[in-house]
Amino acid sequence: MVERQSPEPLSPLEPEFHVGSHGNFEHGVEIILTETRPGSIVQLAAWPGEEKKLIAAIRTVTGLALPDGAGGGLSDGVKSVFGFAPGKFTVADEAEGLAAAFAKVVTPAIGTVTDLSHGRTAIRIAGPKAEWVLAKFFAIDFALPAFPTGAGRSTTHHDVFAQIQRTGADQFDIYVFRSFARSFWKALCHASEEVGYEVQ
Amino acid sequence: MLITCPYCGPRDVIEFTYQGDGNRERPDPASQNFEAWNAYVYDRLNPAGDHNEIWQHSGGCRAHLKVVRNTLTHEISSVAFMRSDHGRGDHGRGDHGSAARRKAEDKA
Repeated sequence: MVERQSPEPLSPLEPEFHVGSHGNFEHGVEIILTETRPGSIVQLAAWPGEEKKLIAAIRTVTGLALPDGAGGGLSDGVKSVFGFAPGKFTVADEAEGLAAAFAKVVTPAIGTVTDLSHGRTAIRIAGPKAEWVLAKFFAIDFALPAFPTGAGRSTTHHDVFAQIQRTGADQFDIYVFRSFARSFWKALCHASEEVGYEVQ
Repeated sequence: MLITCPYCGPRDVIEFTYQGDGNRERPDPASQNFEAWNAYVYDRLNPAGDHNEIWQHSGGCRAHLKVVRNTLTHEISSVAFMRSDHGRGDHGRGDHGSAARRKAEDKA
């Protein structure tokens, strides 16, 4: 099979992506917003009873060993993985080609691989007020004991899905539908104005 | 009203979709028993108290849930996966995260 050339990914945020400090930042910047632009975003789902094989496949392909527990996950800074539903996982990688790598390991008997690299936009919010800003959007507990580092959550903002992974004590990666990403980004900027934010 | 999803933990009711009365029993699709079909489509217990219901966590993990809700107080006394294999130990996600942790803390 001829390897298909991946189209150049274009950011849906571009017309609203203004690098620099914004809002009320005279007393310091308390939020850093950026787009992580992973090369691959893949959704994996195991058939009932095949979950352990899928978790083993994730380890084979990414080298990441998923912790036990619903919504458990981890990130090594390059690759990230988290559970968002029973037997379902989101995996992201800075490099392209994750779906092809999984397709070799996740056989049709184990589960399914869905390439969402061009279907989702990954937005990173970091800083001491990250929890506080996100609490304006999502009705979930963002405190560290309830939402540990590496863990993922699936929730909605105005009925639009968002998957959130905590990738640091005060850092979250949010995966939103590409077609809603610009609107979500604008809302995130507005919500961050009062504490001062910097787009990087 | 909060529903504690067995996977996601406590979430606002806005994330859930009501899928109907959990007491109904669907007749065999080939059944010609019109009374059974009539009961399935129309008859409801409508209790003033605990009620078996089906909900979907449509704004979260999308799992279908068996919920017991008190129709007088909205108290949710039980939530479980419709699929029994979602809760099994060999599911690989045996500990249901924050919900299970909270339960353990309550007991302690």
